[in-house]
Amino acid sequence: MGAVTVDKFSFMTTKLNDAIGWARKFSIFQYPFVTACCGMEYMATACAHYDVDRFGAGFPRFSPRQADVLFVVGTISHKMAPVLKRVYDQMCEPKWVVAFGVCTCTGGFYDNYATVMGIDTIIPVDVYIPGCPPRPENVLDGLMKLQDKIQNQKQEV
Amino acid sequence: MNLAEKVRQKYSAMVSDLASNAGEPVVIAKKESVKNFMAALRADSEFSFDLLMDLFAVDYLFWEEKEKRFEIIYNLYSLTKKHRLFIKVQVRETDPTLDSVAGVWPAADWYEREAWDMFGIRFSGHPNLKRILMYESFKGHPLRKDYRYNERQPIIGPLN
Ligand code: SF4
Repeated sequence: MGAVTVDKFSFMTTKLNDAIGWARKFSIFQYPFVTACCGMEYMATACAHYDVDRFGAGFPRFSPRQADVLFVVGTISHKMAPVLKRVYDQMCEPKWVVAFGVCTCTGGFYDNYATVMGIDTIIPVDVYIPGCPPRPENVLDGLMKLQDKIQNQKQEV
Repeated sequence: MNLAEKVRQKYSAMVSDLASNAGEPVVIAKKESVKNFMAALRADSEFSFDLLMDLFAVDYLFWEEKEKRFEIIYNLYSLTKKHRLFIKVQVRETDPTLDSVAGVWPAADWYEREAWDMFGIRFSGHPNLKRILMYESFKGHPLRKDYRYNERQPIIGPLN
């Protein structure tokens, strides 16, 4: 048993694209745009039991200018749509959007005068998490899919 | 004698009929005198309805037996007497107007705005009768039965 020498392993090779992707996928600052019942499940995911911090996404920012990922959690009404669009426009690149719950994916069971039929009619969406509401496991699955997407995309710097 | 009958006995000029709904007494009031009627019910120490719990409208468009299309329902409660009374007022489709009771109970202010927004009931004498839930550019009144359920009026985004 000698001392472990690390000088042989003191560097590693990677691609810049992968390194930036790795850094970005584990430092997701999210903006929770919570409007309805799905918010409860969002909170369950964020709290200690499921601990979204394990994925580097434990730091909600309530300013769109500091956020990387927009979590749209809950029903979006036509009255709310311009607000959502403005929040999205205020976020800095690179940015991603997660549609959390069927209401945001497609409008869900709502088919009426008030509800937007899916937020992708207003802003681009990267990951859809269906469910009414989605269970925390489902949310974490969606989050990992988003991480894959971030890792594998071309990183704009 | 139940509460509705007592009310009719005292204010017979302002009451047109009585009814009951799920065991609760209902008074059908005349539209013309609704404001005076409500003010009297609030001030009268026998009833002292000091709390307006709810105010809403119903559209009976497809009920042939209903001669008048809209019904405005007042849900009154007395905190001192601990009794409750429902008051209904019927208005016609051609003239959905009645007096505001916002001067009697300030709580009526937003309820009446909601009834205006959703059903297009005009409350004359209301201090600020504008939409409360929908946006100002919205056309029509969405809870009217002849508003098509899937008619959308997005502010931004496509019509789908
Ligand atoms: S998807 Fe279901 S739980 Fe989520 S906001 Fe819509 S209605 Fe509520």
